[in-house]
Amino acid sequence: MSGLPSIHEFREVLLLDSYNTRLVVLATTLLGIGAGLVGAFLLLRKRSLMGDVLSHATLPGIGIAFALGTTMAGGGKSLGILLTGATISGLAGVAVMLAIIRTTRLRDDVAMGFVLSVFFGAGTAILRMVQSLPNAAGLESFIYGKTASMVAGDFTVIAVVSTLCAIAVIFLLKELTLLCFDQAFAASEGWPVLLLDGILLALVTAVTVVGLQAVGLILVIAFLIIPAAAARFWTERLPVMLILSGVIGGISGWLGSSVSALLADLPAGALIVLTAASIFIVSMLFGTARGVVPKFIDHRRLQRRMGRQHLLRAAYEILESKSRPPVNGPILRESLMEHRSWTPHQLSRLLAQARGEDHLEPTPDRSIVHLSESGFGEAARITRNHRLWELYLIRHADIAPSHVDRDADMVEHILGSEMVRALEAELATRVQVPLSPHRI
Amino acid sequence: MHHEHPPDYPLTIHDLTVAYQRKPVVWDVELNIPEGKLVGIVGPNGAGKSTLIKACLDLIPKTSGWVHIYGQPYRENRHLVAYVPQRESVDWDFPVSALDVVAMGTYRSLGWLRRVGKKQRAAAMAALDKVGIAHLAQRQISQLSGGQQQRVFLARALAQDAKIYFMDEPFAAVDAATEQAIIELLKELRQRGRTCLVVHHDLATVAQYFDWVVMLNMRVVASGPTHEVFTDENLKKTYGGRLSLLDHAAEALRRR
Amino acid sequence: MNWTSIDTWIVVTGVLCAMACALPGCFLVLRKMSMMGDAISHAVLPGLAIAFLVGGSRASLPMFLGAAVTGVLTAVFTQWIGRFANVDRGAAMGVVFTTLFAVGLVLIVQAADHVDLDPGCVLYGAIEFTPLDTVRIGTFEIPRAAAVNGTVLLLNAGIIVLLYKELKLSAFDPALAETLGFSSAFLHYLLMTMVAVTTVAAFESVGSIIVIAMLIVPAATAQLLTRRLLPMLLLGVLLAATSAVLGHLSALLLPPLVGFESTTTSGMMAFAAGVLFIIAWIFAPRDGLLMRRFGRLQARELEI
Repeated sequence: MSGLPSIHEFREVLLLDSYNTRLVVLATTLLGIGAGLVGAFLLLRKRSLMGDVLSHATLPGIGIAFALGTTMAGGGKSLGILLTGATISGLAGVAVMLAIIRTTRLRDDVAMGFVLSVFFGAGTAILRMVQSLPNAAGLESFIYGKTASMVAGDFTVIAVVSTLCAIAVIFLLKELTLLCFDQAFAASEGWPVLLLDGILLALVTAVTVVGLQAVGLILVIAFLIIPAAAARFWTERLPVMLILSGVIGGISGWLGSSVSALLADLPAGALIVLTAASIFIVSMLFGTARGVVPKFIDHRRLQRRMGRQHLLRAAYEILESKSRPPVNGPILRESLMEHRSWTPHQLSRLLAQARGEDHLEPTPDRSIVHLSESGFGEAARITRNHRLWELYLIRHADIAPSHVDRDADMVEHILGSEMVRALEAELATRVQVPLSPHRI
Repeated sequence: MHHEHPPDYPLTIHDLTVAYQRKPVVWDVELNIPEGKLVGIVGPNGAGKSTLIKACLDLIPKTSGWVHIYGQPYRENRHLVAYVPQRESVDWDFPVSALDVVAMGTYRSLGWLRRVGKKQRAAAMAALDKVGIAHLAQRQISQLSGGQQQRVFLARALAQDAKIYFMDEPFAAVDAATEQAIIELLKELRQRGRTCLVVHHDLATVAQYFDWVVMLNMRVVASGPTHEVFTDENLKKTYGGRLSLLDHAAEALRRR
Repeated sequence: MNWTSIDTWIVVTGVLCAMACALPGCFLVLRKMSMMGDAISHAVLPGLAIAFLVGGSRASLPMFLGAAVTGVLTAVFTQWIGRFANVDRGAAMGVVFTTLFAVGLVLIVQAADHVDLDPGCVLYGAIEFTPLDTVRIGTFEIPRAAAVNGTVLLLNAGIIVLLYKELKLSAFDPALAETLGFSSAFLHYLLMTMVAVTTVAAFESVGSIIVIAMLIVPAATAQLLTRRLLPMLLLGVLLAATSAVLGHLSALLLPPLVGFESTTTSGMMAFAAGVLFIIAWIFAPRDGLLMRRFGRLQARELEI
């Protein structure tokens, strides 16, 4: 089956008509949800690559379990036996890793790399050896997954594990949050940090092991990392991040396997990873809480607001230098530029902005700037606030930094009206708009 | 040598030695802290102040000796203790709000599996109010200033209503207003009969803040009321170069 | 055991490959970037696939270029995502290398129609077949894999000799190195490129997955035994060579012992390296487990 799928094929996949498709799509969706949920806590615990280590470390166990199963029970390919072998081997790998970290100078990353590579190497050696045993074909699906040939047993196991993950995450939400945020505090409170880490590890192992035999090594690692990392960009609230992570994992599984079912010559695992990666890229760029683009937009908005304030204040100060109290009148563009060292281009942009806010009167001569009535009023207000902030900083220098929010237009809001009145009283010996406490 | 350790004291320590990788960090510590004191723990860098606190809270293993809280091992009397770790021990980029963090102080009373409810949230809000940042309750913690973050940590401890508080460098890198606020809070705790042990780095303010001081440099140089114990001589013993002998001994032991 | 000249060549290729890997591997370990080595070895796959699609065969030069580029891209993307999007470094690495690997898988499946390329071979290598593919150097016929690995070994050694003090400084104190004018970024990406190129050179022999073992494990073992850079490099290379020899020997001797036919040399090489590590772990003169046990007894005696 190659070339573009027909409408009939589309329908078949979307509505999960064929049994096989249904199995694969549902299984990968559920796996995505479970992995997304667990992966979120892995990310927060800063152990994202644990899935990498675990999945590579399961290989020797799979080989040995198969060999033992075949020679002893005569049926080595049973899912249960293989999964047990994988689990024991994976956990042994983690144990070795922890032992290395505890008893040597070696760092985390070296211990992880060691376990990952040695176990995997040993695993491939064992798998090659047992190739000659009956029924050995297909053991290598642990690398690539066997999404195409999934059976009901695979699906059941995945469904069970994903449900367990969801339950654990719901009931242990506060315990796992505490563990990830402040381990020392948790320990001092009597929470069994080792046990909680163990539970997290158990969940990761379960997801890894069942995912491994279904969708292969790389996909399982990706599932545990990418949806969580993507979800992080959309929210600063942990429960939301958790749900989002599960949803993204589920969507990746569903979309990836559906597309793979339609275009049969593309490996499902790879497509699912690519789907997740696309969602990640979109999230990284546009995520409302931490995305690159929203942050950039925020930054620009701040710059614009600062620029606006600077412009109006500069105009006001120029008018002040001409007459006291200042009166609205024409201002030379040149004077503005000198006052604050803008480039002509920057100034033009700010002036255009001010025009858009109705703060400028139109002038026939381009070298002259004239504030409108509302512009003049706004300039006065901004200058007054700015001067009050400066005075506050000087008068109350020892406690100011914790209160100053130069960004806020409403001085009263931050300092309280009493404080503002006191400051204004102090400056009242001067003029309506307090003079700047330093030379301009 | 026989040491007295009254069981009604909030903190008693006997023959405590803690070692990292075979090098002793804190040794032969004997300490009795009476109730209702504001205790400053001072000493040079690397003197083992944080280690001492962590050993009291069972966060690191003891090589020898014991620590009792009101006469019992920490395990039994955990509920009487509140811990404020160093601010840098935590990643403040974590997706939780100030209220969420303070509510963590109520987790132990909730127990396993139960969720944070109205009562816990109210207690957390009250604690936040106590430290003056109730208006920041919903803010994500990375958007707080250093002083505000320290107040969040403090509020979390307050929410536990403990009888003895262990604080690790609460005044580190904090603005003057926050430092004021914290000291006021600690004094209020003392008035209510609580005991506070504070690892402190600024010698200039010790006499002003604390009525009891523990001077530590790998072993306890002195411990007692500030006006008695915080003397030039003791300061020299704690911070001066005389200690190099002890340092050498420790190194020699490790190298074996 | 039937030892032929083929076996000798296999061992030679393995030794050259392992030694070539151990050199940049030491620096990966020192800079706490072991997992980056794992990431790069997974991520070179698309580079290889593209090279095949473009080159149409297993021609060496496009392959190396493609791999080098993807290797550096892995490092670059990981840095970007980690720094500008504020993502945890391990997660950033995971996102990048799994995605690139997936891209590579898709491309290889496509390319397989045009080129004789077995995905399993890419992953595990087939060192057993390398002696059959020879090139002519002067008057000698040597396996291409050996020549390639030997060249990369010389290259890596050359770079390290030339830039020894810069690499040493930037491994221990990147900030100082930066202020002294040695661009940390340049050295960082140079190291990543070395890893990528070495991975490609090795993939024919031991496969791109096992290469991570040769990068990390001898270096880690060396780190258990010494605290200085030059001894670490030399020990790392020596241990790597030993693992290669032991690996092939055990690949021949072990299976019959357990009643099987044969096994991969590459897998056994990784395993042998691991065994050497464990020996060092237990018996290391200062930090080994045995010494610690013994030391603890001594300390306790002192207290009495």
